[in-house]
Amino acid sequence: MDSLNLARWQFGITTVYHFFFVPITIGLGFLVAGLQTAWYRTGKEHYLRLTKFYGKLFLINFAMGVVTGIVQEFQFGMNWSDYSRFVGDIFGAPLAIEGLLAFFLESTFLGLWIFGWDRLPKKVHLATIWTAASGTLLSAYFILAANSFMQNPVGYEYNPATGRAELTDFWAMLTNKVVLVTFPHTIAAAFLTAGGLMLGVAMWNLRRNPSKDGEGFRAAAQLGAWVVVAAAVVVALTGDQQAKVMTEVQPMKMAAAEAQYDTKDSASFSIFSVGTPDGKEETFAIRVPGLLSFLATGSFDGTVEGINDLQTAYEAKYGPGDYTPNVAVTYWTFRFMIGIGMLAAVVALFALWRLRKHRQMRGRLVWWMAVTVPLMGLFANSLGWIFTEMGRQPWIVFGLMPTSAGVSPNVSAGEVLTTMIGFTLVYGLLAVVEVKLLLKTIRGGLPELPAEPTDSDGDGTGDGDGTGSDDRPLAFAY
Amino acid sequence: MELTTLWFILIAVLWMGYFVLEGFDFGVGVLLPVVARDDRERRVVINTIGPLWDGNEVWLLVAGGATFAAFPEWYATLFSGFYLALFLILVSLIIRNVAFEYRGKRDSDNWRAWWDRAIIVGSFLPALLWGVAFGNIVRGVKIDADKEFVGSFFDLLNPYALLGGLVTLSLFVTHGAVFLSLKTLGDVRERARAMALKVGLVAAALAVGFLVWTFAERDGAEHRGWFVVLAGLAAAGLVGGLAAAWKGHEGWAFVGTATALALAVAALFTVLFPEVMPSTLSPDYSLTTTSASSTHNTLTVMTWVAVIFTPLVLLYQGWSFYVFRKRIGVQHIPA
Ligand code: HDD
Ligand code: HEM
Ligand code: HEM
Repeated sequence: MDSLNLARWQFGITTVYHFFFVPITIGLGFLVAGLQTAWYRTGKEHYLRLTKFYGKLFLINFAMGVVTGIVQEFQFGMNWSDYSRFVGDIFGAPLAIEGLLAFFLESTFLGLWIFGWDRLPKKVHLATIWTAASGTLLSAYFILAANSFMQNPVGYEYNPATGRAELTDFWAMLTNKVVLVTFPHTIAAAFLTAGGLMLGVAMWNLRRNPSKDGEGFRAAAQLGAWVVVAAAVVVALTGDQQAKVMTEVQPMKMAAAEAQYDTKDSASFSIFSVGTPDGKEETFAIRVPGLLSFLATGSFDGTVEGINDLQTAYEAKYGPGDYTPNVAVTYWTFRFMIGIGMLAAVVALFALWRLRKHRQMRGRLVWWMAVTVPLMGLFANSLGWIFTEMGRQPWIVFGLMPTSAGVSPNVSAGEVLTTMIGFTLVYGLLAVVEVKLLLKTIRGGLPELPAEPTDSDGDGTGDGDGTGSDDRPLAFAY
Repeated sequence: MELTTLWFILIAVLWMGYFVLEGFDFGVGVLLPVVARDDRERRVVINTIGPLWDGNEVWLLVAGGATFAAFPEWYATLFSGFYLALFLILVSLIIRNVAFEYRGKRDSDNWRAWWDRAIIVGSFLPALLWGVAFGNIVRGVKIDADKEFVGSFFDLLNPYALLGGLVTLSLFVTHGAVFLSLKTLGDVRERARAMALKVGLVAAALAVGFLVWTFAERDGAEHRGWFVVLAGLAAAGLVGGLAAAWKGHEGWAFVGTATALALAVAALFTVLFPEVMPSTLSPDYSLTTTSASSTHNTLTVMTWVAVIFTPLVLLYQGWSFYVFRKRIGVQHIPA
């Protein structure tokens, strides 16, 4: 394999891996903040135990999100240096701003939250987790704005003298119509994933031992399930918006997503099909008439352009070349993103029904649901990204720069291979460790609360005189 | 002032912050097997930086991001050029950071021993490699007319840069030892103080040698006079810090080593300016603050963002240092 393909694989592997942790961090951060707020407001013990329990899962996940994110920050320069030179004037700013505005906020306030239980007044301590969670939204917005520039470049001008794209309108870049729909979709998908995790873990524990921590896990299951259902609705609504924007800015991606080779009015949407992998020949399909036209244009008899016409048009515009993304991948990732994600909502509805009737969570089926519902959100997310990114190919910046032009010219295939093997080994090893830790924590159930420490000066902060004369153990230590 | 100059200074400031803050983290990590004799003591050591290390590391991420935004050519040449070295740094940071979080999550000596190794190696390697990287940036590397690095990994391992690596390593260890003596109680504190003095003397000798060599390397540089001033003040900071440590004034000792690190970085950036990455092939190929920079428009936007948000960051990060100001000892470690 040449260094281009290796670099692409490496980017795909490390980024998809990063995005296993990202949606959980975004969604679960807020859910834990919500649980802690419930405890703060009601004083009910099981909310505090839930906060600590899900907080621990959150932290195990967050650690991985951070370390895989560092790789992302460096990767553009390491493997994609010509890309970085070409778009740095535009693309670097959101990355830098993300660090300054979001990463400082997340890391500092999470440190305060983890270690601050006995050092901060209750209310301030509660505020730290909300602040950290809000940081993740900022982070998501700026990085998605950067990515949206790659999907639909705006606010720039090509400068032939320097041979690069240069920023003309920062605000236009931040309000790219793609980021305006991608952001809510991605955040809703994150909530779906985190809700699924909360629900799955609670269901599993309720099934295993309904009498232990029943009240707490019921509350968690209920919260998780409602979040999944609500998020699924938002994901579908925003996804529909995205499809329209996508048809406008990257019609080829929509055509590939449906493996539609010929331009059609009132195009149907195939839920499932059997045929050649690239969809050129079809032996069997379940189709919904007019749905594709509706997704793409908002009207059941709108015209959807086909791959062949678009290919011809692009050749006329950009010169000879293959402008069609991998149709099999785009077709199936699009369907499975929707399918698997919506399946999570079905599980959540089932759980809500069971919880409402106060039925026992019993049986093989419940076990399967509990174990798979967190994975559904995760995989739907990965598939969504693989769809978005591979559907953009052969462009790294749509219409401006082909992916093949972005790779670092001075980095050899051997070097890329070395780092790829290195990262894959480290990531693989850490995945095993992380999953084991998560399972151990989940099996442990809700933690017991330590006896309330006596707070002699009554301000909720311990004695805080900084002299070290206070020998009480820390509320939390690594 | 030119915006390009301003951004050169801001990036220098970010690296100063990074070396001062993550510098003590790295030092603490390297010293883990030296100053702690049992598991409780090791936990004391790790918990001194527990709430702080992630915020400290963000200085690096922002330095990287700001370089990308303000000097994309610099970012591209540097990161693709120092490819394998950066890979080693990344792997180190990964295993080290995960180790902090995961070490205590299972009750097994074997488990903890492995994560301790991850912390030690993961702190040692970057402490060394950042110095090597900076040595190479200042000395210059093979950059061709297309602004591409055309040297090899082994070119980076030249004596000057390796000395730079030993300087950052020994300085970070000294700084970390001083930090530990400031933040702990009991035996750990005593051992840390002794280490600070021992390693500090080595660091001082290495650093002076490196700074003199730097002066010779950069004989055509525009601001060698300022370099001498800053390097001299850095050395004075280090010596003052060690004197304070010797007398048991741990707070002042920390101020001393922090000043030394910050001013040493400032000195290196000063002697570099207006180049950002000199080429050893031809001076015409060197990247400078103007040839590597973004457009005026981008720099203006970034300047506004930096002016508004940097004070805020300093404020809350300072607050978190204040919240966690207490010393800890074995008695504070929960079972
Ligand atoms: C939609 C959201 C999103 C997306 C698309 C990405 N990230 Fe991310 N990133 C986050 C959302 C996020 C987060 C939620 O803010 C994380 C996840 C876990 C965490 O610790 O923060 C994070 C962590 C994180 C960190 C560590 C921050 C720290 O030390 O606290 C870095 C350096 C990056 N990311 C950089 C990137 C880059 C360069 C990406 C582009 C390829 C990227 N991320 C994609
Ligand atoms: C976190 C969610 C993301 C995932 C899971 C993801 C996934 C992928 C995948 C699978 C590819 C490979 C496509 C191919 O080569 O055929 C790719 C390409 C790429 N993506 Fe993303 N992406 C994500 C976010 C981003 C963001 C936020 C950016 C930029 C800010 C970005 C920048 C790129 C670049 C530069 C490439 C080109 C390299 C390549 O073609 O492999 N991605 N991404
Ligand atoms: C009715 C359901 C859905 C529709 C119509 C839909 C539509 C879309 C579309 C059109 C895109 C591509 C945007 C582009 O490339 O410009 C996309 C991307 C994506 N989808 Fe979905 N989606 C749905 C459900 C889901 C679910 C259930 C999840 C995850 C839980 C999900 C996660 C994602 C992610 C992470 C991306 C990539 C980021 C982005 O471009 O927003 N989607 N979706």
